[in-house]
Amino acid sequence: MTAVLSCTNVTKQFGSLKAVEDVTLSIEKGARHALIGPNGAGKSTLFNLVAGTLRPTSGAIMLDGVDVTRRSAAWRSRAGLAKTFQHSSLFLSLPVADNVAMAAQRTSGQGMSLRRPAHRLPGVDDVVAECLAATGLSGRASRPVSDLSHGERRQLEVAVALATRPQLLLLDEPTAGMSAAESGRFAELIESLPGDVTVLIIEHDLEVVFRLAERISVLHLGRLLADDDRESIRQNEQVQRAYLGDARPEDLFHPAAGL
Amino acid sequence: MTSDLGTSSRTDQAARPDTGPARGRAGRAPRLVLAAALLLALVAVPFVVPSDAANLLSRILAFALLAVSLDLLVGVGGMPSLGHAAPFGVGAYVAGITAKELTALAPVQLVAAAVAGAVFSALVGWLIVRVRGTYFLMLTLAVAELARTAADQWDQVTGGSNGLVGIPAIQVVPGGGPLLLAGFRYWYVLAVAALGFGLIVAISRSAFGRSLRGIRDNEDRMASLGYSTFRVKFTAFVLAGAFAGAAGSLWTVQSRFVSPADLGFNVSAMALLAVVIGGRGRLWGAILGAALVIFIRDEVGAQLGGRGPLLLGITFIAVVYLLPRGFAGLRLHRPGRKDPA
Amino acid sequence: MFGFFSSNLITVVDGIAFGVLLFTIALGLSLVFGVMDVLSLAHGSLYLIGSYIAVSVSTAFTPTLGFFVLALVLAVALGSLAGAGLSFLTRPLASRGHLDQALLTLGVAFVVGDLLAQQYGREVRTVAPPSPFDGSVSVFGSTYPTYRLVIIAVGLALAIAAYLVIERTKMGALVQATVADAQMVRALGVNTGRLMTGVFAVGAALAAFGGVLGAPILNAAPGLDNRVLILGLVVVVIGGLGSVAGAFVGALVIGQVQTLGVSLAPSYAAFLTFGAMALVLLLRPAGILGKGRLA
Repeated sequence: MTAVLSCTNVTKQFGSLKAVEDVTLSIEKGARHALIGPNGAGKSTLFNLVAGTLRPTSGAIMLDGVDVTRRSAAWRSRAGLAKTFQHSSLFLSLPVADNVAMAAQRTSGQGMSLRRPAHRLPGVDDVVAECLAATGLSGRASRPVSDLSHGERRQLEVAVALATRPQLLLLDEPTAGMSAAESGRFAELIESLPGDVTVLIIEHDLEVVFRLAERISVLHLGRLLADDDRESIRQNEQVQRAYLGDARPEDLFHPAAGL
Repeated sequence: MTSDLGTSSRTDQAARPDTGPARGRAGRAPRLVLAAALLLALVAVPFVVPSDAANLLSRILAFALLAVSLDLLVGVGGMPSLGHAAPFGVGAYVAGITAKELTALAPVQLVAAAVAGAVFSALVGWLIVRVRGTYFLMLTLAVAELARTAADQWDQVTGGSNGLVGIPAIQVVPGGGPLLLAGFRYWYVLAVAALGFGLIVAISRSAFGRSLRGIRDNEDRMASLGYSTFRVKFTAFVLAGAFAGAAGSLWTVQSRFVSPADLGFNVSAMALLAVVIGGRGRLWGAILGAALVIFIRDEVGAQLGGRGPLLLGITFIAVVYLLPRGFAGLRLHRPGRKDPA
Repeated sequence: MFGFFSSNLITVVDGIAFGVLLFTIALGLSLVFGVMDVLSLAHGSLYLIGSYIAVSVSTAFTPTLGFFVLALVLAVALGSLAGAGLSFLTRPLASRGHLDQALLTLGVAFVVGDLLAQQYGREVRTVAPPSPFDGSVSVFGSTYPTYRLVIIAVGLALAIAAYLVIERTKMGALVQATVADAQMVRALGVNTGRLMTGVFAVGAALAAFGGVLGAPILNAAPGLDNRVLILGLVVVVIGGLGSVAGAFVGALVIGQVQTLGVSLAPSYAAFLTFGAMALVLLLRPAGILGKGRLA
């Protein structure tokens, strides 16, 4: 198996604060991998480093064997990386289908095309229909995004990400703010994704994590605390302490909180 | 990008008068009928109105093309330019100079003006589209005013503050007579403007137009989807510049005079007002807005003894407070649609 | 080399005087822009109001220093009122984005421009320098109008005062913090509304003050409002957002480009100005001394 993503000694420093410190991590192709840790552990920062919206202070990030450390977010997207956002990041004035088509037309190399009307692009509408069906939004295709519920917007985020035909899909707290029923449906959706799509997920809901991920990495105070299969993580004492037993106030209110 | 851009400006330059509104989509039959009726009415105008009115209409059409091209930037692309008069004026000067020095053939002037507008926009846009928000407003305004100053000072080429005078009447076909009558001139302006509107609407409906809306709504998301947002914005800036340049040549056809004021801030501001009145992002609304703005300035303003600026100023303030989405916002036929800017 | 300087010295000093006037506009623009993220297109009108106040006072009274100071006081008072008014007008539009606020101030600029032209006519109105400064002095062997040196002195004093206020006072620290991160300052419970009104008023008063100060050399005429506004914007782009020192350096650069440039290459001054702006944007996108971001 080859690594789709590998981070080597990645550090990100904001002023005197090390939000991510010396993290080395690699994700196998086709894996369902979760990244967990208490608030302020540096999960989102690590995601942004991988997606290219932040640059590491030191260390290297490889995507499918290619060093992308200095590449832009757009470049990484074209190389097969897709990310959903913790706070939905959609095209609010456009209909649902257009949000997905935005991804599909870029992926099929037609994003700059002036040749024909947007609704007659070869291959785009098929992808849109497929991605909307996969995420259960087929019935909402022509609605404006503003009509969607919170959960539906999360589903749409995934549909947009899928339409880029990603090799590696990063999901940043996809079930945050969802009802139990909604997160259950969401987990089903992720389970139904094609097996060749590698999924890396940040999630607070441990139920969802243990349901979806075969392998789990634990970040604590910016450092990688553990990286193991599901069962070993469940048993891991350090992890339990980081999460539960040792929940001292200074951990919860560490300066890294919110990063 | 280059090939798409090339084809579009080539068809733009071919000046086929009847393809504009006919580009409406099938399945939009009522709108198509409406557009056709409007076009017919506009074609019939010179038979029923005096030449003064035909001249006013020519000015409105030229200005409307400018406003619609600005709407492509502001309403569709979310790039609020305060300096769209610059490519317009560059086009007007180039058309006038071409007419004086090279040929009275209008299509040649049109091509030269559109290319000049595009080249100018490419030169300054390469810098301008890298910034957003208030900086974008500031830079477009500053660049356009510098262009106006340049036109004022560079008198070997532009005639300086006296303006470019002695522009001959146009010919539409080689060997044809010059179009001296207001009605014929109007038909030429109508034909080119209709073609221009059609092309801009087609651009806005293309995949590229969708990309441009994506930039307007959420530029960072576009980048994370793999778009080169610079390329999308730059292309839109250059295309809008080409159409503004074409509009400039139509202005010259009608007025046969170009002055530095044609690149000035007032023209940019009026074009923007037309866009805002019509409702940002509704390309056809900008045409109505343009008609209203030119009418206020030239007709109502003249009757009030040159108080046009006062009227325009009050219109600006009123529109910003009372009609934030323009007249298009008065009928909310698309629920949930947000104000694009 | 020395020959170049001696033959152009007067132009260079003129450029400094012009730059100082631009500084009065640019500082206000830069602060209003930095603190409120509003592009105030009425800022040139405030300058022109100041100039016409100088015209009114100097036609009504003899041009003595006392009356000139009266004009300055009037301009500052009227300017701050107008600035506070503009702040109230633009605030309800804050949620609607940059364009709407800019359009509103543009409308105000049109209205003010028309009213001023109606009141004072379309021809150029001149203002005599106040009496003790209306002569000329000898500078390095050339005679030079005294009043321009006064402008430079006043401008320098203004720049130092503004610098001290922004860098050394609590108020200034607040302004700087708001430029850097307005949301954070609001989250800390600071009443940004009052701060914004204050900044707008001070910025407007500065512009009106500059209008009085500049009237004896730039005169007063319709269209001057746009000219100083545009050059002020260029200065802000060059100097950087919300930085006193940046605005000062930028103003001096553009002052030189506008005077020395015009005297050496009359047809290309506009290109030079654009070139200076483009160069700064390419090399230091946030401005020479700017702290803000472009996005």
